[in-house]
Amino acid sequence: MLDIQKLRLDFPILQTKIHGKDLVYFDSAATTQKPQVVIDSIVDYYTKYNSNIHRGIHSLSQLSTQLYEDARETVKQFINAEHNYEIVFTKGLTEAINLVAFSFGETFIKPNDEIIISAMEHHANIVPWQMLCERKQAILKIIPFDNDGVLDLDIYKNLITEKTKLVSVSYISNVLGTKNPIPEIIKFAHLHNVPVLIDGAQSVQHEKIDVQKLDCDFFTIAGHKAYGPNGTGVLYGKEKWLDKMVPYQGGGDMIKTVTLQKTEYNTLPFKFEAGTTDYVGAHALATAFKYIESIGAELIGNHEKQLLSLATEKLSKNEAVTIYGNAPQKSCVLSFLVKGAHPADVGMILDKQGFALRTGTHCAEPIMQYYNIPGTIRMSFGMYNTTDEVLACCEMIDRISKMFQ
Amino acid sequence: MEINEIQDQIIEDFSVFDDWMDKYQYIIDLSKELKIIKSEEKVEQNVIKGCQSQVWLSAEYTNGKIIYTADSDAIITKGIISLLIKVLSNQSPESIKNADLYFIEAIGLKENLSPTRSNGLLAMIKQMKLYAIAFDHKENR
Repeated sequence: MLDIQKLRLDFPILQTKIHGKDLVYFDSAATTQKPQVVIDSIVDYYTKYNSNIHRGIHSLSQLSTQLYEDARETVKQFINAEHNYEIVFTKGLTEAINLVAFSFGETFIKPNDEIIISAMEHHANIVPWQMLCERKQAILKIIPFDNDGVLDLDIYKNLITEKTKLVSVSYISNVLGTKNPIPEIIKFAHLHNVPVLIDGAQSVQHEKIDVQKLDCDFFTIAGHKAYGPNGTGVLYGKEKWLDKMVPYQGGGDMIKTVTLQKTEYNTLPFKFEAGTTDYVGAHALATAFKYIESIGAELIGNHEKQLLSLATEKLSKNEAVTIYGNAPQKSCVLSFLVKGAHPADVGMILDKQGFALRTGTHCAEPIMQYYNIPGTIRMSFGMYNTTDEVLACCEMIDRISKMFQ
Repeated sequence: MEINEIQDQIIEDFSVFDDWMDKYQYIIDLSKELKIIKSEEKVEQNVIKGCQSQVWLSAEYTNGKIIYTADSDAIITKGIISLLIKVLSNQSPESIKNADLYFIEAIGLKENLSPTRSNGLLAMIKQMKLYAIAFDHKENR
């Protein structure tokens, strides 16, 4: 069992008052709050270790480089990658996907090749592929989902052809909460020698991820959604792919030798880390991952599932509330609408009572187009949320929904 | 009634609420009083797009006064529009142009007009004033 009250003390921002009320933070799917150890790790770095990595012979630079490579090792262990050079630090999940779209695209995609994504992706896992397809005259194919928010795997299996070059799907939908059947998706793609990228925006912060067990070819992580600092992300890629892919950006650190005529690129993972990376962020992200491990990913996930089923049970009793996303395998987010109200109306009143919920399209407009709605109100959970907070919020939503009937 | 008299009346109406829920309930009720824009005028040209919600606004000029009609897909936004129209509609272009809308802050709704809210209200007030400037200009030509 998690000791939530004790754990909450690790997150200083949770003591904030909003409009004179206690902050109830239900927007962790957008970004999680940071534990004190993560905040401290950033201050500590600049106080004690700061020096540019991979460049200096002097002691501080060596120490800083060591911390950066330790961070890579931490990430490697955290997601159980086979090699630490399969871990690339990026400035976010969006950059990680763009990196693959560019570098994999430049290396492997030809006109009329096909890339498959799903209809429930957020913009970060749609737009880079559209851009790639436009650049290479390739074709983007879409796996549809049903009214409950479940992907149609039969259609998926029919979408794969000998022209399919990559499948890219989210681990968990940030709007519908659907936990997609990733092992099945990967197995089927591999039968046809098609690599799979997993958008892990909602993943490691909710459960233990083992990239070798999943056998995914690429896995992407948003640092700030996993209790780490903003501006950090991870791309995991199997060596066999990363090694063949052309670099993403040019600059320092990604090179072996440079003459004014020609450059020889560095080995993995440095080939994909041009310029001075956010080594402080990488260290803080590793600190966040260690923090998740110290609490226990499984305990966190189970706790969040309890909150989700409690919220679902409470809101289902309200006839004015429609829940979007009723997949049997669901995690961490609850999207809904209140009859007669725009999502912004409900969000605004909730805010006045201290409840921080996201309203709008959640950077996933195609899902809104599917349901023909302007957006949703989304309650999303982090390890620090309590059942009391869920009960109070659902009660407030009941009160608010009466105002609009 | 003059613009400032109407504003003072609204401030007085709102002074009875000491709870945000009551205040919002009143704004929701006000949304039902809004003189809705004609459906044929609910076109792209009259839309003010916010990030979260959108607003439609139209203006007519008769007998030296501007009559505004509007709509929004968000109810609270619609209620606030209803207040703005109470204050500015049926007034002369000159007085609309020069109106200082102090009632918004006085009734605690200032944050709804912040650019970060992005609900179209700020742009709507600007558009209402632009109509006044345009009609004023036409009048004095």
